[in-house]
Amino acid sequence: MLKATVEVRLKRGVADPEGDNTLKALNLLGFSRVAAVRFIKVFEVDLEEEDEGKAEEMLETMCRKLLANPVIHEYSIHLLH
Amino acid sequence: MKKGDVKVCILLIEGTNCEEETSHVFEELGASPERVHLNQLVRDVPPELKRSLEDYHVLVFPGGFSSGDYVRAGAIWAARLKSRLLQDLRTFASEGKAVVGICNGFQVLVELGFLPGIGGISEVPQAALATNDSAHYECRPTLLKFENRGLSQPLSRFHKDQTMLAPSAHTEGKFTFPQGDERRMLTALDRADQILFRYVDVEGEYAGYPWNPNGSIHNIAGICNPRGNVIGLMPHPERSFYRYLHPDWTRGGDGPDGDGRLFFESILDYVMENF
Repeated sequence: MLKATVEVRLKRGVADPEGDNTLKALNLLGFSRVAAVRFIKVFEVDLEEEDEGKAEEMLETMCRKLLANPVIHEYSIHLLH
Repeated sequence: MKKGDVKVCILLIEGTNCEEETSHVFEELGASPERVHLNQLVRDVPPELKRSLEDYHVLVFPGGFSSGDYVRAGAIWAARLKSRLLQDLRTFASEGKAVVGICNGFQVLVELGFLPGIGGISEVPQAALATNDSAHYECRPTLLKFENRGLSQPLSRFHKDQTMLAPSAHTEGKFTFPQGDERRMLTALDRADQILFRYVDVEGEYAGYPWNPNGSIHNIAGICNPRGNVIGLMPHPERSFYRYLHPDWTRGGDGPDGDGRLFFESILDYVMENF
């Protein structure tokens, strides 16, 4: 069995209101040295697959079909060993 | 076709809302609406519960937070439809029947690739309904200007520049095109006459927040597919069906009809004329 994480984040330049508002709240709480916060979604996926190549291919398809919307998101896949 | 023969399928899964209101408005107008759970179309259910999409003339994806809006608003519902009902949906739309997505339903149609559908139904989304600029749930009356120049036959009862009040209630409603490609996509959308509604202020001018509640590009509130029969919009016309649902209902305004009524009447007229 392979484990993987998939990080889905907004593309650079796409408004990130969740990140911006978290930054604002952190600044208000006194964390004045926080300069930027970005909101990222992480999916942890367990795969019944031993072949790393096949696993990556499968995860790639998952991103295209469901986990990310290519209009606003970019994603990265990390296989865990 | 007579009004009473117009069959409207209001599709449900867990987390949809406003299906009762949508069903009510179609009933009030004399059509035959039915609330149908997705499982009734795609799964083995007792024969008395089994339904077939081809028996309907209008398909409505109502609002709500389907499947908890997990992953992204509308993404899970779209995935389920893609896996079990895509061909039936394609056939339904290709026959010119009316497909309407309201709020979460609009998000589903965009995730499905039916909207905007430039160059045909797309395998991956061509647009996104991103988180509102305010980063929170926006629940307020919004004013929409009808922009269509005649492509969308189901909405032909609206005249150009007519405004409609319809409440918005969403967190992810910012209509967005891929970065760097916005102008090209907007031009394509406009040239093909696929823009239906844009947010305006009380003067009828395109305005920023809060009139545009989410920061949508070009103030876009609703669009249609290149044929004009697949319609999606973020605000809820069923929530302004009656005049007393308008926020200023005690101050002026004649008669019992709200702005949203025309939206549904127009769709019914289209079906009666064409099927």
